[in-house]
Amino acid sequence: MDKIKLDAWVGIFVAIGVISLLGLAMKVGNLTSNDIRETYSVIAHFENIGGLKPRAPIKAAGVVVGRVKSIFFDTKAYHAVVKIDIDKRYIFPKDTFANIYTAGLLGEQYVGLEAGGDMSNLAEGDRITQTQDAVVLEKLISQFLYSKASEEEE
Amino acid sequence: MKSLISFFEKIGYSITSRIKRLGTATRLFFLILISSGESFKRFHLTMKEIYFTGVMSLVIIIVSAFFVGMVLGLQGYYTLQKYGSSEAIGVLVALALVRELGPVVTALLFAGRAGTAITAEIGLMKATEQLSAMEMMAVNPVGRIIAPRFWAGVIAMPILASIFSMVGILGGYVVAVIVIGVDEGAFWSQMQANVDFRYDIVNGVIKSLVFGVACTTIALFEGFDAPPTAEGVSRATTRTVVTSSLVILGLDFILTSFMLGG
Repeated sequence: MDKIKLDAWVGIFVAIGVISLLGLAMKVGNLTSNDIRETYSVIAHFENIGGLKPRAPIKAAGVVVGRVKSIFFDTKAYHAVVKIDIDKRYIFPKDTFANIYTAGLLGEQYVGLEAGGDMSNLAEGDRITQTQDAVVLEKLISQFLYSKASEEEE
Repeated sequence: MKSLISFFEKIGYSITSRIKRLGTATRLFFLILISSGESFKRFHLTMKEIYFTGVMSLVIIIVSAFFVGMVLGLQGYYTLQKYGSSEAIGVLVALALVRELGPVVTALLFAGRAGTAITAEIGLMKATEQLSAMEMMAVNPVGRIIAPRFWAGVIAMPILASIFSMVGILGGYVVAVIVIGVDEGAFWSQMQANVDFRYDIVNGVIKSLVFGVACTTIALFEGFDAPPTAEGVSRATTRTVVTSSLVILGLDFILTSFMLGG
């Protein structure tokens, strides 16, 4: 009896160890947000997504309304396709504008939605046509430098 | 003149005695490796020691891991918030725990909780001449008593360290996400994007394995080498904690510099 109890404790100990190692390995990857349950997914095409990552928040007027589901590269059109899950409670018109913003100067990137004026609404599988790319700091700086240089030539 | 010679004698004695002890410890280590066949053939011997060193340390490991994680979350948040990047709190907590605090703090707690117990037990066994009695009965005390404790420590340490890391991350999650209100998705997604399995998690496990070998070897040697008196056992127990802690911190620096450099 005593031996069985000891074995059981060691078994539990090893099991907890394996579970926590697995948890570390997977990093609790399938943890879904508690706020967002039922969603509909739309896609958006971007020329450049900057540092946007899957599971990044989707915000409208600063409120989190969804998550980035997946990001992949379209080899036909050569641009990034971002799949977005939006909470079913929030309805957006078809001509909604999607921008990639950065939280703070060095913070993480998120997708900001700005509602348009269309009468019909976005539904499952629709595409957001009006998008604006992430701001790439290097591009901005080089543009600024070129414009400065051309100014001086004049 | 005579006092000068005795002064140098003292220095020389302290150096040679230390080297002698290091040599004895190394010989004991190889003796354990050679005579560890029995601890796997009769695995219930090792199992019992895993229970005493591993399972009994579980409570102190889980409680301290939770508090370490919560403090990391709190301190990290107050610093990161100044730079507007409080979402990076998940990365900070996870990397600090998986790379450093998990293996090191677990090893320090293990040295205090299990190492001292091993030293005192073996020291007392030696003082009451149980080890000599075994030898008289043609039972190898290294194979029967010491090797199972060694392997139990080596097996238990990585398990305890990964439990520590996981519980610590949950502690950081509780403070950062539930109490302070950092975005949950950003907490996990930034963590997943920045923690590499091979470089961070596997290296942490390797570290804890090395600490397990060092910790248990020191504890076993101090017990085996203790003078067979009450005072000798108490001194050996103290030395176990001091030596283990110093060796763990020193080895940690060496291992980290190899892992980051290589």
